Amino acid sequence: MSEPVAFSAATNTKIAELLGRYPRKQGALIPTLYLAQDEFGWLKPEVMQLVADKLELPLASVLATAMFYTMLYKKPVGRFHVQICTNVSCYLLGSDELMAIAQQALGLAPGESTPDGLFTLEAVQCLCACDRAPTLQINKDDYFKVTPAKFKELLAQLKTDGVKLGPPVGWLADQHHAHA
Amino acid sequence: MSTKPTAYTPHPMEKRVLLRDHLGVDFTQLENYLSHGGFKMWQKAMELGRDGVLAEVKASGLRGRGGAGFPTGMKWSFLPKDERPRYLVVNADEGEPGTFKDRYFLELDPFRQLEGILIAAYTINAHVSYIYIRGEYWKSKAVTEDAIAQLYKAGWLGKNIQGSGFDLDVYMQTGAGAYICGEETALIESIEGKPGMPRLKPPFPANIGVFGMPTIVNNTETLAAVPVILEMGGETWANLGTPKNGGTKLVGVAGHVKTPGLFEVPMGASMRDVIFNLGGGITDDREILAIIPGGSSCPFLTKDEIDVAMDFDGLKPVGSMLGTACITVMAEGLTDLLTVMQRVTAFYQHESCGQCTPCRQGTGWLKAIADKMDEGLGEDEHIDLLISACNQIEGNTICAHGEAAAWPIRSIAKKFRPQLEAAIRQRATAHGYVAKPLAAHPAA
Ligand SMILES: Cc1cc2nc3c(=O)[nH]c(=O)nc-3n(C[C@H](O)[C@H](O)[C@H](O)COP(=O)(O)O)c2cc1C
Ligand code: SF4
Ligand code: FES
Repeated sequence: MSEPVAFSAATNTKIAELLGRYPRKQGALIPTLYLAQDEFGWLKPEVMQLVADKLELPLASVLATAMFYTMLYKKPVGRFHVQICTNVSCYLLGSDELMAIAQQALGLAPGESTPDGLFTLEAVQCLCACDRAPTLQINKDDYFKVTPAKFKELLAQLKTDGVKLGPPVGWLADQHHAHA
Repeated sequence: MSTKPTAYTPHPMEKRVLLRDHLGVDFTQLENYLSHGGFKMWQKAMELGRDGVLAEVKASGLRGRGGAGFPTGMKWSFLPKDERPRYLVVNADEGEPGTFKDRYFLELDPFRQLEGILIAAYTINAHVSYIYIRGEYWKSKAVTEDAIAQLYKAGWLGKNIQGSGFDLDVYMQTGAGAYICGEETALIESIEGKPGMPRLKPPFPANIGVFGMPTIVNNTETLAAVPVILEMGGETWANLGTPKNGGTKLVGVAGHVKTPGLFEVPMGASMRDVIFNLGGGITDDREILAIIPGGSSCPFLTKDEIDVAMDFDGLKPVGSMLGTACITVMAEGLTDLLTVMQRVTAFYQHESCGQCTPCRQGTGWLKAIADKMDEGLGEDEHIDLLISACNQIEGNTICAHGEAAAWPIRSIAKKFRPQLEAAIRQRATAHGYVAKPLAAHPAA
């Protein structure tokens, strides 16, 4: 059995404010899923149910929307979500080399996470900063005109930081849960 | 003693009325926006009245900057004359590969678009506006949210704005990683909390849009132009450009050029001059291999097809379109066109919402063929298969994602056949298929 989940008071206040923005409750769904993800790390089944209850929506509607959008996470994501743009302009200016560096340094293929929960690697579509290619995003931070040398340094730094910060809350339990 | 420059000097072919030359002024702060003349056009809009503003926008010839170039004034006047609430939806879902223009306003000059939103909402009599910002644009989202908060605090949003009697609430909404939500009806579905699946048109959003109500969807750059149009007058704006293509246009140059960046030129500027004067010419002074004129949905151009006017009509002679006017340059010797094709096919396959068979299956076929070629299993006939698949997608889908996927690939297959044939042979060799005959044609 999974443990019961509940929103914090702060999140409940934000959801109440969001609901005021739309004539229908479902309008608040995507912003609420983002809040839920911020609070619980990813959208595990009981979190989806919590959102459905909160917005008085059928669970199926919540699932359909959550499944459609790649930035709504249906599985746990590591402490550092390394997202490398592999679209045309970045390819032209060396994104394949950056991807190879990340794969080598992290021991991951795109789409995978390290077992310790520190890194998730992903190939992403055009981040729309092509004039500053090659680009990548780590969590919410942009990195532009990334050189191989700078990227290697950055990854080394994140590995050091990761040891201090540890995996996201509940990583081990969620890993188990995700594969159950 | 040297002094710090306070202004950027644009190239003489630029005409900057939207982009700022000031250095060191933080336009994300309302006080700075106001002290540089911001929100003066709100006053003018009040004086002109709704019909007056609409007349100026129509006279300006402004055409939508989201890519399709639909006349903005005409769009606004399509709203039905009934009592239903109206919405203004701002398309800031910038995601077209190769594009980086709306980001400028969203990160550095957010009040320009917000002043446009106020004026547009007043003109169409909408009291709620949603700004839909691409999920990955974290900085844009933070800046916009903060800008909206500053406006509420200063009485520029909410009830009875600046004593005008007009009410407007603006809410930021965020995407979540689906390119297709840039398509206006998918965007509307997404604001409603649903999967971003485009709707069949008609009905058009002007009649049945978000939450079933009349809705105007405009791009960020379109709305940012509105205050500038009121300031200089519609006719003056129109005269900056070419007939039927009023004003200036943000243009980007990226890829294999010496000085990539975002610039602003009069509509109708020569693409060659944009690439060579603003983009600084090709890396290592190489030859151009191929050009994407305005995002990867546009048919590719050869090096002999760049003497065209950058406006919504100027690229028709070369079978392409202006799109978002952000150019991607690919240099001879630095570009593997098959890899480019693979990236493009993978993108449209991944981003298809999946509700129409020709788009869902067709984009899968395009990707599968490109991948097969890359694995060394390509044959020359596969190039014809690509063209055939594109022909079967085009015109058979609910939204223009189908065309967006088909057009660039068909242009590569038709215009760059020798390069593709060479790439097919190079890959076969690289994968050790040299001595063997190439693999059989995949079962249809
Ligand atoms: C697949 C697809 C993606 C689109 N993406 C965008 C986009 O990211 N931003 C945008 O403004 N318009 C985009 N559009 C165009 C919109 O549907 C719509 O025409 C535009 O937002 C209208 O605004 P405008 O009249 O100011 O140009 C897209 C269209 C299609 C078919
Ligand atoms: S054309 Fe493609 S993206 Fe557009 S509605 Fe059909 S399946 Fe969806
Ligand atoms: S292709 Fe990477 S940012 Fe556009």
